[in-house]
Formats: sequence, structure tokens, C-alpha cells
Amino acid sequence: MPTEAAELVFDEATKVYPGRDGAAVDHLSLTVPAGEICVLVGPSGGGKTTALKLVNRLIPLTSGFIRIDGRPIGDYDLTDLRRSIGYVIQQVGLFPHMTVEANIGTVPRLLGWQKSRIRVRVADLLMLVGLDPEEDRKRFPAELSGGQRQRVGLARALAANPPLMLMDEPFGAIDPIVRTRLQDEFLRLQRELRKTVVFVTHDVDEAIKVGDRIAILREGGRLAQYDTPQRVLAEPADEFVAEFVGRDRALKALTLRTLGELELSPVTGDGLPRLPADASLRDALALLVAERRDALVVVDADGAPLGVAGREDILR
Amino acid sequence: MTGWRVADGGPVIPSFGHASQCLKENGWFCTDWIRDHWGDTLQPALVQHIELTLIAVAIGFAIAFLLALVGFRFRLLDPPLGAFTDFLYTLPSLALFQLLVPITGLTVTTIEVALVAFTLFVLYRNIVAGLRSVPAEVLESARGMGLTRTQTFLRVELPLAVPAIMAGLRIATVSTISIATVAAFVIHYGLGAPIFDALAEPDIFRTKLVAAGALAILLALGADALLTVLQRVLTPWNRLR
Repeated sequence: MPTEAAELVFDEATKVYPGRDGAAVDHLSLTVPAGEICVLVGPSGGGKTTALKLVNRLIPLTSGFIRIDGRPIGDYDLTDLRRSIGYVIQQVGLFPHMTVEANIGTVPRLLGWQKSRIRVRVADLLMLVGLDPEEDRKRFPAELSGGQRQRVGLARALAANPPLMLMDEPFGAIDPIVRTRLQDEFLRLQRELRKTVVFVTHDVDEAIKVGDRIAILREGGRLAQYDTPQRVLAEPADEFVAEFVGRDRALKALTLRTLGELELSPVTGDGLPRLPADASLRDALALLVAERRDALVVVDADGAPLGVAGREDILR
Repeated sequence: MTGWRVADGGPVIPSFGHASQCLKENGWFCTDWIRDHWGDTLQPALVQHIELTLIAVAIGFAIAFLLALVGFRFRLLDPPLGAFTDFLYTLPSLALFQLLVPITGLTVTTIEVALVAFTLFVLYRNIVAGLRSVPAEVLESARGMGLTRTQTFLRVELPLAVPAIMAGLRIATVSTISIATVAAFVIHYGLGAPIFDALAEPDIFRTKLVAAGALAILLALGADALLTVLQRVLTPWNRLR
């Protein structure tokens, strides 16, 4: 497998558990282009996690194909396949008896990297995920907070620079404030690393925020819609999708755009509320509602006014 | 059964002549006797006792470990193996020592066979429980990262079982030290020998009884402390919980 991002294809992928009625994943076909984040979202029983685990063969396919860079996963050696796919789970699953450094170095050690190379890599990864390479290296998982553990889990999955990452509700067990921060940092990382990512969540808001594309799975593991967040919100494929993304989908769509994307009118007068250009339209609307105003001033990172955005501009 | 009692020395042998006042009054802790007989009675008994314990725990651990590997790998075999070690543990120790005499004779082997049998229960249970204690998410991430079955066992399951294994070793060692004293009732060996000798004297030889008993207790406490320290050294990660 190459180390650059890989294209991932589900081709009629099906999983039927013996002795159970109906499929867990039913003829799932979708393509995740290299370097994009595909979010699998849906109600429980939709087969999201099953679909994810089919990829690294933690669960064997019943029929159909999954291909990484055009090659069916069944053709790879099982341990080679798993070592070249980053795997992050909700409960993290760090090895409690190993230090942060040893945890992150797991796959590189299995791949036979030199010790010195692993040390450098671990230090780089700790910086990348926002931990202290000196302080945190020697700590044990029991000494870390939930958020720190998930950062280590992410670093461990990235250690051998895999072309594909599987993330199963990675931020699901983390409190909302830290979750938002981890999501932001993950997206910042992804802009740099450009991995192909399959990301499972049951949270529509997280799916909209994180995904380049969203695959909505309904009960029985059937794909209801596979599209960009904008299109899922604007044109839900059916009643199920419309219901699932919520009645407030028009509001959710506002989270996808920022004030900086609007055409602004020149600044006239004073006393309008101010927001930075990278604020979402939803935050802007919330501010207007809270302040009972019709317009606000958009400012740049240094606080210099860029222009005025009216309520109609935001809602257009 | 009488020959050795005379040779062991004590207050009833008048030819030694200069017995202290403490000894004449059969005191509980006559330091002069302990000093005089450390080399010919207490020290050899202590060394024998340590040997008995080390050999029994080492062999017991080896057997229990192999059985535990089987019970861990093949779940169906765990209940019968557990029941077997449980059965051995249920046997009254003195009865087992005596039952073994017709087979292995009045030898140290008889003691060792019985002591080993008694260690298996706690060692087997603790090793299997330790190996099974690894959280599901830890095993899943190990599998997902491409650890083979053997790598998962050696790098994850076995190290995480160490606290339970060490706890089992502590209990097995301390109880072996205690059961081994009883063995001297059948075969004159270890720290039980001076204890039973002292009890067999007409008035009970108090100093000898107390000195040998105290040594057995100190040995048990010392072994426990040593293994506790060893466990802490082996599992630095476990202290933080």
C-alpha cells in the first residue's frame, strides 16, 4: 500500500451475521476519494460500525468487495493490511501498561523501525496532536485525561503514516467542550495530512462539521444518501434523511458557511455588533437574534472592519 | 521417631552442664539457647524451609502456568482444570502428606508433591483471571493495529496479567511456608521439625517452640514483603490506578 492517501471503494459490500434476520450492511456501494473524510452516520442498527470494521477485516465480508487503491482487501496479507490502516475507537484502547511513547510506537515497532527513528516520530506526533513531547512521553494512560487519551489514540493511529484512517466515534465519549476542540484540531490536522478517512458517528452535527461527504445509513445497513453536507441538508433524498438530519436543517446548513464568504456592504455608522470573518452564518444569525439587530460588522483577525452583513445577506 | 529427638539437644541433657537460669526454668525466650543452637538447629531448619518453599512454588508455578495457558486458550477446558486444582486444594494437608508416604516414602519428595498440589489452585485461578482481565477495547485496538495472536498474548495479555499473577504468587508462597511446617509431623524436615520436637518434650521446650515458630512467621512476612516490592517494580503502571 502506498503511504499517500488511498482511494477506498465499497462495491456491493454486504455483511450478514449467521442466524440473524436481514443484513447488517446491505449491498453498500460508495467511493471515498483519496484524501477525503467520509462520515458514516445513521441511527443505531444502521451498520455504521460494521461497515467500518469490514475495511480492516475485523469483521469478514459476506459478499461484495472493498478495494483500497483498486486492490480488494482480501488480497492483502491480514496483518499488513491492518498495520497500514490507522484505527481509532471511542474507548481508545490504549495499552495501560505502556507509556504514551510505547503506545504510539506500537505499529512502527511491529514494522521493525529503528529505535531512533521511532523516537523522532513519537516526538513529532505528540507535537502534532497538541501534547508535550517531553512531559507526556513517559506518562501512562491512567495519568491522562479523556481528551489527552484520545489525542494519544490518534497519534498512535497515525504513527506509521497510514494512507487510510478508520475512526469509530472517536470523540463520542468526550465532554462537549473538549469534543469541539478535538474536532477543530482534527480538521486542522487533516488539512495538513490529507488522509483518506472513514469516520463513524451518530451525531448529525458532527457529521456535517467533519465530513467532506456524508453517507447516511438506515436500518438494515442500506445507504439512504451519499453526498456533500451541503447537498444532504439542501436536498435530502427522502423522508428518512430529512427526518434524520432534523427540521432545523436549514439552520444546520448555515453552520457550513462563514461570514467571509458573503458579499459585504460598506461600513456606515457605528454601534453594530461585530463578528470575525471566520464565524459561521449560524453564529451570526444567533447574534442578530440575541441583540435584536438587522446587521453586523464583519471584522478581520486584527479586529479591523471589513464590511457590513445584513440579515437578508445571511439568510439568502 | 525417637532417635532424632535426643540428638537435637535441649534442657534434658544434663551433661552440657552450664544451662542458664532461663533454660532451667524453661523460659519462653532464652537467648543463650538460641545463640548456642542457631548453627546446629535453627539455621539448618530455616534453610530447609526456604528450599522446600522455593522448589514447591517454582514447580507449582510452572505447572499452573501451563494449565492456565490451556484453560485460557480453550475455554471449555477451564472449568474442569479449575475444578481439579480446587479438589487438590480441598484435601486436608496432613492427610495428603500421610497418603503420599506409601508412594514416595518418608522423603522430601513427599512434602514437595503435596506442597505443589496445594499451590496449583490459587496460581491457576489467578493466572487465568489475569489473562482474562484485559479490557475488550484494548484487545480490539491490538487486533486493529495488526498484532498477531502471539504478539497480543506476549505484549498485551501477559504483561497485563502480572498484577494478578503476582498476587497469586504471594498467596501461594505464604501458604506454602505455613503448610510446610505441618509437613514435619510426618517427615522431620524444615522449621516444623524443631516445633514438633519442642512440643514432644515432657514440659514443652518453650524457647525452641517460640524461636522456630517466630522464624516461620518472619519468613512468611519477609517473603510477602519481597514479592510485594517485586510486583511494584514489575508493574509501574499499576500504581497509578
